[in-house]
Amino acid sequence: MLLIQVNGESRQVPPGTKVAQLIAAMPLAGKRFAVERNGEIVPKSRLDSVILVDQDRLEIVIAVGGG
Amino acid sequence: MNDPLVIAGKSYASRLLVGTGKYRDFAETKAAVETSGAEIITVAIRRVNIGQNAGEPSLLEFLPTSRYTILPNTAGCHSAVEAVRTLRLARELLDGHALVKLEVLADDQTLFPNMPETLVAARELVADGFQVMVYCSDDPIQAKALEEIGCAAVMPLASLIGSGMGILNPWNLEIILDRARVPVLVDAGIGTASDAAIAMELGCDGVLMNTGIAKAKNPVLMASAMKKAVEAGREAFLAGRMPKKIYQASASSPSEGKIG
Repeated sequence: MLLIQVNGESRQVPPGTKVAQLIAAMPLAGKRFAVERNGEIVPKSRLDSVILVDQDRLEIVIAVGGG
Repeated sequence: MNDPLVIAGKSYASRLLVGTGKYRDFAETKAAVETSGAEIITVAIRRVNIGQNAGEPSLLEFLPTSRYTILPNTAGCHSAVEAVRTLRLARELLDGHALVKLEVLADDQTLFPNMPETLVAARELVADGFQVMVYCSDDPIQAKALEEIGCAAVMPLASLIGSGMGILNPWNLEIILDRARVPVLVDAGIGTASDAAIAMELGCDGVLMNTGIAKAKNPVLMASAMKKAVEAGREAFLAGRMPKKIYQASASSPSEGKIG
């Protein structure tokens, strides 16, 4: 298993997992979100092609109320 | 009256911009935003709560991008690096949308802008193609520097974020307005309708507020008041107020033809 960080929390994923597969397990259906991997944006068009590697750090964000 | 607010080449009928934080729920947010007439609304960018229920609605379902110009902010960022990262995520989230609100904060008690970091972030964002509306101190020199970097609008604070203290330094705002060649919007500190009207009477191009509406006892009614105040202040500015006469009264009724 690979050890990765998602929004600051550790989690394990099987080798070969794509970003899109990780996203599919999150409460994001039908919502606008964005993904950053190791400080770089992962465009929506590439979510299905980027394969996670050990020690990846992901940030997955949405829009919330704010000034 | 056709008097649009033009920011980065795009025209807006409303000169009131509103935030979407601090409301009781999304229904109240939506009602207040609709009543305010605002076309540009700010949002924050935050980590999705991974444990959240998938069925829970999101802000943008209540305030769709098809109806509003969403202005993502960098609230909570204390460095240029954090702010630029946040806005790159926002641009991806909003499908390439370039108009953003930059704020880099210095300390958590005052939420005063960290101007050195704000300038660094503004340079990087402008170079990367963002249209930057920037929260700044009410310092004419800093405001001009941000304009020269290429910011789309400068947004000096009226008073501390969330303080409701109104416009504490109208003289500085006048200097900023006198020199600016980009829109100047007052951002932060507006507590009630008269504060917004004064900002507009000074000649500000617009006003951005959140807490002044969201933390009123009746936010929807205050949203209505703010809409009218911004419109009234703008019309008064365009009309040109009468000169102030400190020592000399001037009767409004004719002195001729009095009885007796």
